[in-house]
Amino acid sequence: MVFCRRGGRGRRQTSRSQWAPPGRFHRLRTRKGLGIVTTASSADHPTRRDFLYVATGAAAAVGVAATVWPLIDQMNPDAATIAAGAPIEVDLTPIAEGQDIKVFWRGKPIYISHRTKKQIEEARSVPLSSLPDPQTDEARVKSGHDQWLVVIGICTHLGCIPIAHEGNYDGFFCPCHGSQYDTSGRIRQGPAPANLAVPPYQFVSDTKIQIG
Amino acid sequence: MSGPSDFQPTNPALRWIERRLPIFGLMHSSFVAYPTPRNLNYWWTFGAILSMMLAVQILTGVILAMHYTPHADLAFRSVELIVRDVNYGWLLRNMHACGASMFFFAVYIHMFRGLYYGSYKEPREVLWILGVIIYLLMMATGFMGYVLPWGQMSFWGATVITNLFSAVPYFGESIVTLLWGGYAVGNPTLNRFFSLHYLLPFVIAGVVVLHVWALHVAGQNNPAGVEAKTEKDTVAFTPYATIKDLFGVSCFLIFYSWFIFYMPNYLGDAENYVPANPGVTPAHIVPEWYYLPFYAILRSIPNKLAGVIAMFAAIIILCFLPWLDSAKTRSSKYRPLAKQFFWMFVVVCVLLGYLGAQPPEGIYVIAGRILTVCYFAYFLIVLPLLARIETPRPVPNSIADDVLAKTGSKAAPMVSAVIAIMVAGGLLVGGAQSARAEGGEVAPPAQKWSFSGPFGKFDRAAVQRGLQVYKEVCSTCHSLSFVAFRNLADPGGPGYSTAQAAAFASDYKIKDGPNDQGEMFERPGRPADYFPSPFPNEQAARAANGGAAPPDLSLITKARSYKRGFPWFIIDFFTQYQEQGPDYVTAILEGFEENPPAGVTIPEGSYYNKYFPGHAIKMPKPLSDGQVTYSDGSPTTVAQYAHDVTTFLMWTAEPHLEARKRLGLQVFVFLILFSVLMYFTKKKVWANAH
Repeated sequence: MVFCRRGGRGRRQTSRSQWAPPGRFHRLRTRKGLGIVTTASSADHPTRRDFLYVATGAAAAVGVAATVWPLIDQMNPDAATIAAGAPIEVDLTPIAEGQDIKVFWRGKPIYISHRTKKQIEEARSVPLSSLPDPQTDEARVKSGHDQWLVVIGICTHLGCIPIAHEGNYDGFFCPCHGSQYDTSGRIRQGPAPANLAVPPYQFVSDTKIQIG
Repeated sequence: MSGPSDFQPTNPALRWIERRLPIFGLMHSSFVAYPTPRNLNYWWTFGAILSMMLAVQILTGVILAMHYTPHADLAFRSVELIVRDVNYGWLLRNMHACGASMFFFAVYIHMFRGLYYGSYKEPREVLWILGVIIYLLMMATGFMGYVLPWGQMSFWGATVITNLFSAVPYFGESIVTLLWGGYAVGNPTLNRFFSLHYLLPFVIAGVVVLHVWALHVAGQNNPAGVEAKTEKDTVAFTPYATIKDLFGVSCFLIFYSWFIFYMPNYLGDAENYVPANPGVTPAHIVPEWYYLPFYAILRSIPNKLAGVIAMFAAIIILCFLPWLDSAKTRSSKYRPLAKQFFWMFVVVCVLLGYLGAQPPEGIYVIAGRILTVCYFAYFLIVLPLLARIETPRPVPNSIADDVLAKTGSKAAPMVSAVIAIMVAGGLLVGGAQSARAEGGEVAPPAQKWSFSGPFGKFDRAAVQRGLQVYKEVCSTCHSLSFVAFRNLADPGGPGYSTAQAAAFASDYKIKDGPNDQGEMFERPGRPADYFPSPFPNEQAARAANGGAAPPDLSLITKARSYKRGFPWFIIDFFTQYQEQGPDYVTAILEGFEENPPAGVTIPEGSYYNKYFPGHAIKMPKPLSDGQVTYSDGSPTTVAQYAHDVTTFLMWTAEPHLEARKRLGLQVFVFLILFSVLMYFTKKKVWANAH
């Protein structure tokens, strides 16, 4: 690559590479956009010259890329937001059988349902083959704590919050677009593609869970 | 001059667009084929530098607005949280805050260049006036931006500047109320200033387009001051001017980066790290350095209305410059008398800037008045007179002749002049900021700080010991409300592990709630919690401490400063010895004396401190030898405690100091390498243009 030796109009004529008459030259040069013309390297120090342009261009590209990163990374959650998303503990004792509560973790509503025997039975008697997103109820609760369903209360369709104890399956009903979930939070009907997500959680005691 | 372009893209898609919107042709004729005089020197690269600075300010400003909260109660904290918590927030904030200074620095050079080379003369009058309009908009934008952090200087700067309009006869009070949106500067003022601060840069960008348009119609002026006549006089904008401008930009970035990474608070006022307090005015209200000459003119006129008029007239008079200076010769190079008066005018402006930072008393007032007269005399007497009496030297026939007459060696002094001016400018503004600090007290003795210098790091053990001193002593009265327990495990801090930080937090009782019963309750601290305040509110703090609320300590080492004096403020600029007031904080802690010296009376409820301005401090001597037991065997003396707790408080004030200096080093290595490459590339490109 060689920078055009005769940049502007009516520049002094140089002694070499007269490969285009001045009139046409302008168009030819500018076809390459930035006035850089690819042609055979000329006599004196062609490689050093090429190297200089490539090195400068590469350094500029590196500089721009390195500058862009902080400008993008600042959009990620800040340290205070991440710290506020630390695990939370929830006491389950006040939740009677058949009741559910909604707690917030990382800005998301978490449904904690104390399921009745009947609800557990309903969830477990459904053949997996009839589910749009097949998953057993056992895989969605902690073993030994089968009565507790903990799900993120965000419809997997477009993010609305489903209403508990509504719909045809005794589970959740999303008022936005009519998705219906069963007593295990699995999608049964409507446009949502997947079951309600189960957040990471564990039982720290029989009556207390830690979410996150 | 650029004329219609015969440019046609080769790509069919681009050609399709070009036929319908000839934007590529416009770009090509404006920024590629556009002929620039071949004898332009590096002073002409400041146009490109200013374009870059406008882009940088808009980009970083839009980003900062994503995180900033324009509310009187939340603004100060939101700015601090940007610096502390947002990814690279410290970098973006420093870029924006120092960027404002760099923007003005570059615009002043750009303006003086125009003044020296007669760039305002026919046919460039409109171009010049558009420039003055941009400058006025910049001043308004800069002022409103300075209000947004809502520190003490923000608040009182806003109060003083808006009160300028109260000088208007009959309507003054109504105008000021209209500006405030209330009975005083307050939340509505902050909100509208934020809105306007966001708007005005885009207005500036619009006027810049007009400015460039006017430039491209008239063509650039040049050091010889003769118009380009033939094609021999010009070179194409790309690659010649672009590569030269980019080299100028890369050099300017080195200067800019020094402030961003090493001296981010050098140009700022320590007072602005104190949250706005409508009840207390700081001892010295001083605007940012770039307004100081005009502030000096304002203060030197004893009449309120006349002062305001003089201040605005000092800027507006620039619009009339093309007609005040009717000399036919443009460039001062060929005007022996005008050249001398130009440099005298530069000195007058610099001295006015210095005076603007001084207290308005005694000799400063008289000097201010003399220099104000000189300022206006330059425009109203000297320039019109010179046009009539001066015999200019003959100008070259053409730009090409000018280039041929010049030897190649001319470029080197030019570069060194640029560097010298940059350094001098940096020092000057630093001098101005140093001069504004409170003087008259015993200077705090110099300490050795591990965090000073470009490779400075916090002494981990000292930060940990300082935390212990804070916890056991200072925290009984002083809050630390911008520091969270999780910060103790942050890199570049005291060096605790996450588990240690969590354990530290759990020792504290944090008020939380309301719970399901609607009641507040106490729980053990979590890493995400902030250090709790010792008092529930400011009134309680005041009542418990003899009427003076103990200040929050998070920012104290940046919020306190003292007069460093000549030549220290110059040396500090290079050594990065301290950023504002660690020496002062240490000195206060060590400066208590049982018995005040003879002749000094200390009021009841106050204590004598050698280094405190006025010597009467409400805080009793907080530290005594042996008070805190160190587990690492460090001496348990007041001097050691003071040093440790100051190191800790420097960390709380600048938690990302280590990351900042580390990244700074990388940026410097890169920029210097890049500038060297740019220099040789520029030389190659220009090799046969000379």
